[in-house]
Amino acid sequence: MGLLSDPVRRRALARLVLRLNAPLWALPVAWLERTMRSIGLEVYTQSFSRKLPFPDETHERYMVSGTNVYGILRAPRAASTESLVLTVPCGPDSANSQAVGLLLALAAHFRGQIYWAKDIIFLLTEHDLLGTEAWLEAYHDVNVTGMQSSSLQGRAGAIQAAVALELSSDVVTSLDVTVEGLNGQLPNLDLLNLFQTFCQKGGLLCTLQGKLQPQDWTSLDGPLQGLQTLLLMVLRQASGRPHGPHGLFLRYGVEALTLRGINSFRQYKYDLVAVGKALEGMFRKLNHLLERLHQSFFFYLLPALSRFVSIGLYMPAAGFLLLVLGLKALELWMQLHEAGVGPEEGGGSPGPSASLLPAQGVGLASLVAPLLISQAVGLALYILPVLGQHVATQHFPVSESEAVVLTLLAIYAAGLALPHNTHRMVTIQALDRGWMTLKLVALIYLALQLGCITLTNFSLGFLLAATMVPAAVLTKPQGPRPLYAALLVLTSPAAVLLGSLFLWRELQEVPLSLAEGWQLFLSALAQGVLEHHIYGALLFPLLSLGLYPCWLLFWNVLFWK
Amino acid sequence: MAAAYFLNRSATALAAFLLLSFGSSAASQIEDQAEQFFRSGHTNNWAVLVCTSRFWFNYRHVANTLSVYRSVKRLGIPDSHIVLMLADDMACNPRNPKPATVFSHKNMELNVYGDDVEVDYRSYEFTSPRRSDHRIPSGDCSSSFSPLLNVSCLFCFHSMTLYNELLFIIDTCQGASMYERFYSPNIMALASSQVGEDSLSHQPDPAIGVHLMDRYTFYVLEFLEEINPASQTNMNDLFQVCPKSLCVSTPGHRTDLFKRDPKNVLITDFFGSVRKVEITTETVSLQQDSETTDGSYKEDQTEEELIEPLKYAEQLPVAQIIHQKPKLKDWHPPGGFILGLWALILMVFFKTYGIKHMKFIF
Repeated sequence: MGLLSDPVRRRALARLVLRLNAPLWALPVAWLERTMRSIGLEVYTQSFSRKLPFPDETHERYMVSGTNVYGILRAPRAASTESLVLTVPCGPDSANSQAVGLLLALAAHFRGQIYWAKDIIFLLTEHDLLGTEAWLEAYHDVNVTGMQSSSLQGRAGAIQAAVALELSSDVVTSLDVTVEGLNGQLPNLDLLNLFQTFCQKGGLLCTLQGKLQPQDWTSLDGPLQGLQTLLLMVLRQASGRPHGPHGLFLRYGVEALTLRGINSFRQYKYDLVAVGKALEGMFRKLNHLLERLHQSFFFYLLPALSRFVSIGLYMPAAGFLLLVLGLKALELWMQLHEAGVGPEEGGGSPGPSASLLPAQGVGLASLVAPLLISQAVGLALYILPVLGQHVATQHFPVSESEAVVLTLLAIYAAGLALPHNTHRMVTIQALDRGWMTLKLVALIYLALQLGCITLTNFSLGFLLAATMVPAAVLTKPQGPRPLYAALLVLTSPAAVLLGSLFLWRELQEVPLSLAEGWQLFLSALAQGVLEHHIYGALLFPLLSLGLYPCWLLFWNVLFWK
Repeated sequence: MAAAYFLNRSATALAAFLLLSFGSSAASQIEDQAEQFFRSGHTNNWAVLVCTSRFWFNYRHVANTLSVYRSVKRLGIPDSHIVLMLADDMACNPRNPKPATVFSHKNMELNVYGDDVEVDYRSYEFTSPRRSDHRIPSGDCSSSFSPLLNVSCLFCFHSMTLYNELLFIIDTCQGASMYERFYSPNIMALASSQVGEDSLSHQPDPAIGVHLMDRYTFYVLEFLEEINPASQTNMNDLFQVCPKSLCVSTPGHRTDLFKRDPKNVLITDFFGSVRKVEITTETVSLQQDSETTDGSYKEDQTEEELIEPLKYAEQLPVAQIIHQKPKLKDWHPPGGFILGLWALILMVFFKTYGIKHMKFIF
């Protein structure tokens, strides 16, 4: 599949690289240091290294080491208690060649002004987001992701806000802004408003999710386009990936945005002076701030750059979905107790208490097995792929990342075969209503998990609830089993991921064919596992340790004998 | 996003200035000319100029106060009779692109922080001396917040005969709420906006990056620039400054506590320290003020008599005049004892009536 699938080719490439005795790509650290020093900044470097859990197929790297370079512009008349950051992520394939030039030009311009009340840090990171994470961890003196980074020599105070820049060409037709960060965290809406204000002032064309702003809100087109933008934002936020360096800043309480320059085929182009003016205006406004940005919303959804939906409006939707789960659980509870009371009244008076207790005991005992086994499968899904990748590559002609993905899929599918095995473990004659108890427990478990997920990452919680709740509620052993089985498989977490990939591409107006979609799905799985290990993204553990076992319980309910 | 003009919403109280003028024992029996000479009774003018706004984005409040300071000095009040209080230092703020200046007109036409500005209470020395009685407001504009000087404090001033006549001007959101509560006599008050309205700022400067002046003060200053020490304009003209079309808010004034008719009151009575000089070739004979001399002589004679114990002047019934809002006691959630008691009661209730009647719930 990839360049490194064939172990023979891999060895050949490794030998070639060694023979060249040169890194494939590296940041010109010495030149950058010299240039920044000549501008008048205080320049420092930081080295970091990280061994990835498995080689990344898209970037072809395993042992990552690099150097970050940053220059600090000290405020001329203020104590260095606060700072702002302008960061440009550099990497071998990242399309960011022009942004470094703009950063240096801005640094030189800013150095000549006397109105700075905060220090400004100009940060260039290697291996884009890995370098950013290393720098942030060293700056805040923490170690959340197992990165080995050298400590920073120069610091500048608490970071108030950060702007990340990605430019691949020296003229742009539009500026695209990204707000979604790691685990669905968002910056304060004021920062986005700031950017939008300067877009309007400078006459720049600014886009959100790559879509232009709808002009006509009175007819149906405007709201439809807004809905598309909103859905794109929901999908992006649900994936929990940091879509740019800003996503990593958000975790440390620093409001941040990523601006991407796009060069399309439009006729009217803006040069870097226009982009620089917008950035200068943003930094000057941030300079005037006395407190961290906190007045506006932290939880919102954006149908357009100038409109937003606040959490008070969209949270009830998720609440109603979870209420469905609660109501179904209540109904099952009542049914269980009615059925429990029925045989009790039929029997003699000394009988009732004696017969009720063993029935309940049997019910609970038959629950423990499915629960434990589902959770064990979930645990296996979480641990085994990365742990067993080397064993897999020895036995099969696949690369490590492919091994990880295929192991994931294999364990996922193996879970589907479980109900036939679970029942062999239950020796006691389980009551016919045993499945109701299991379903009750599964419903409550699902409601709890989805509730917790919705509170922190609304998009993920809503997406999963909208797909899993109907199937979970409808599942029962009686009735058309193949139909229910198909419904349940289609709403399992993996299928939701696949479906949302197709939907995402469809909304971006770049639809996928089935084969392409499948490839994208596989790479998304690999990315998810990788990002969990290197940034601490929570999508992979949530799905494998939490939602997949829950879904397996419903699968067990469906195949209850 | 941004409204058409910058709203004064988050400001603290804006420049408020009081002018105290001490009375003099005016009555002397001399000719009419000399009597007219001392007609106004304002021989000792003080100005207290207060700006209670901090932070860089309240640049315009400090510019307001400094502009009025400049006018008042130009009309004759010396620095020894001006108390200037500024809550924050704009001229030396690290965000000021032109350090050591404070501009009040855009395009930096007029630097009001010149060479001879004397600030008496500056930045963080500026804390409320008696915290319990009056707070310096911070936060949003709210109606009827207590200013630096409380209304009863003004009454103390009156009863201690600290002032003869007082002009109170305030430029802030909901400014009328400040003078509504006054009950001391001889006060004339002006405010830039009514209750429920905001006072708006005038013009932003793109080089400095903040708004430089407020509308009301801008037009008051334009008005004052035309006053010279000899002008005869009266208070009614000051009330007409800045109609709603220019100021957007509705300026208000209050004259019911003031004894004289506003149209007889000269602007320079309050804003200037006018030293009137009249040259005459005739001699003016001053009669001895027999009353006062007799009085003082009598005092010496009656020293041995018991002096009545001094006491404060008869106070007005303050509580009846100011409607006291009942002070809300803080609500505390019920303590653990009460919660436990209720839990016990509920448990007993359910046990008594039996659970099987509640099977649909349990």
